[in-house]
Amino acid sequence: MNDVLKIGGQELNNRLFLGTGKFSSNKYIPEVVRISGVQVVTVALRRVDPEYEEENIAAFVPQDCVLMPNTSGARNAQEAVRIARLARAAGCGNWVKIEVITDNRYLLPDNDETVKATEILAGEGFVVLPYMSPDLAAAKKLVAAGAAAVMPLGAPIGSNRGLKTKELVRILIDEIPLPVIVDAGIGRPSEAAEAMEMGAAAVLVNTAIATAGDPVAMAGAFSLAVKAGRMAYLAEPGETVEYARASSPLTGFLRD
Amino acid sequence: MSFYEVYKNFNSFDFEDFFKRVTGERVKKLITKNRLNGFDYLALLSPAAGKHLEEMAWRARRLTVQHFGRVMMLYTPLYLSNFCVNHCVYCGFQVKNRLERKKLTPLEVEREARIIASTGLKHILILTGESRRESPVSYIRACVEILKKYFTSISIEIYPLEEEEYAELIATGVDGLTIYQEAYDENIYARLHPAGPKRNYRFRLEAPERACRAGMRAVNVGALLGLHDWRSEAFFTGLHANYLQDTFPEAEVSISPPRMRPHLGGFQPEVEVGDKNLVQYMLAFRLYMPRGGITVSTREPAWLRDHLVKLGATRMSAGSCTVVGGRSGNEHDDGQFEISDERSVAEMARMLYGQGYQPVYKDWQMI
Repeated sequence: MNDVLKIGGQELNNRLFLGTGKFSSNKYIPEVVRISGVQVVTVALRRVDPEYEEENIAAFVPQDCVLMPNTSGARNAQEAVRIARLARAAGCGNWVKIEVITDNRYLLPDNDETVKATEILAGEGFVVLPYMSPDLAAAKKLVAAGAAAVMPLGAPIGSNRGLKTKELVRILIDEIPLPVIVDAGIGRPSEAAEAMEMGAAAVLVNTAIATAGDPVAMAGAFSLAVKAGRMAYLAEPGETVEYARASSPLTGFLRD
Repeated sequence: MSFYEVYKNFNSFDFEDFFKRVTGERVKKLITKNRLNGFDYLALLSPAAGKHLEEMAWRARRLTVQHFGRVMMLYTPLYLSNFCVNHCVYCGFQVKNRLERKKLTPLEVEREARIIASTGLKHILILTGESRRESPVSYIRACVEILKKYFTSISIEIYPLEEEEYAELIATGVDGLTIYQEAYDENIYARLHPAGPKRNYRFRLEAPERACRAGMRAVNVGALLGLHDWRSEAFFTGLHANYLQDTFPEAEVSISPPRMRPHLGGFQPEVEVGDKNLVQYMLAFRLYMPRGGITVSTREPAWLRDHLVKLGATRMSAGSCTVVGGRSGNEHDDGQFEISDERSVAEMARMLYGQGYQPVYKDWQMI
């Protein structure tokens, strides 16, 4: 089965994306990547420190992965743009995950500022993956702004609450012609599988893996769940019905 | 509405009476409640809640890991100047104390910066006493210009400024403000600050608001524990942090719970704040503001800081020195206070890794 996810000219076979901010040691990152086969890893530029190699988070991301710096800490479009440019200048490549957060209590994204930043950065040749609240109007604006994918949240960052925004994400999957990647909130492999079964193109997980008792084993479990969910989606699950198939059909008396 | 008005609303509030009415049952319910209000927080600071520290600790630990991860931000203080015109009765740098007054020259700032940078730290907190003549804003700016070459995040702990002055420092490269109200109780504050510009309670109280209006990224507030009843002071600190987060949602808000340390002048703390009290304060604040930062300095001894790693702390100082120019010489001069945890950055990092926590040296990028 040749099931490839194409983003920004890259062909990806693995649909689990990894966040890196919360590990008890950066040494877990390569192990997690190895066991899960993850190909896209996001790193906050605020944590990248090329001057201190032993502790530089970016140095722990295996070379064959796509390094996707994120703009964590940006409070408006302008700051996100500046961070993205700094990341590219620092050699972090062309991909960027836009995070613009104006609310530190819940870390919910500001869709308006995210659209603005996306437009500017896509215009500068970045492969832009914006983190967003699942809102159809905003997602359409992101498409028009040149995003390479959209990344709606499943629940607030770090909450491990699962796919709470399911119905809104489903609408994006149905309506948006770009890959929809569920980012934030996924707490368990079963929830990742659920997102994939619905037709999400990928899921991005950080807290649920990094803060697990055994992050490497948990990454393996997520990888399997994402694959299972994707296979189920491609296998076209049977419809769920709200009524039983009656043995005496109501319309059985009708003749051609 | 400024925080001064919030504070004033509690002018005739009877803390003793409130605490008397807090039951163990209420505390247990609060420990699992989703979103705590100010009075819930106060209830968690009560003597009754002091009997439920273990349950509070488990929830606090879970919330901290969930929101911050298994990481600890590290920073170090750099004292630029100890000239001070204030009369704070509890401070080693106060004007009446006889100690060698000194401020770092640009060359010395560079030398200290190089020594600190060699430890890998990228976050620095610069401190001065209050002297607009010896350490004016222009002096701070000149120091920041030098420090920018070595550090990616520069915070200030200096006398309160006007909004435009904060804006000026932010434009130069400052992104964080630490300012302790010392005592939130206005009467106690007046008694402890008999003379000097620091007498102006409200100007100090509203400094974080001015800084946030000027665009400051991070603000850190606190009361100096030992000057007055810790429960009410912890309450007002939490309320202040919450007010700042509500008013400036984009700001990173944190608190510090500094306890008094021995210092030149020998002022004795008026109230004893035990280790249990300190822990209760940190846990209550974590439950009240799950995403609020908690900074624990080297005022606390090593063994206690090791335990506080898992009790809600998010940021710790390391390789600290409270003497002006103390890293490149003069280490025998008088500092602002005696530090209790002399471990180097590398030693702190080893301790953190040992506990399953990642030391984070860089968590901001000047943009």
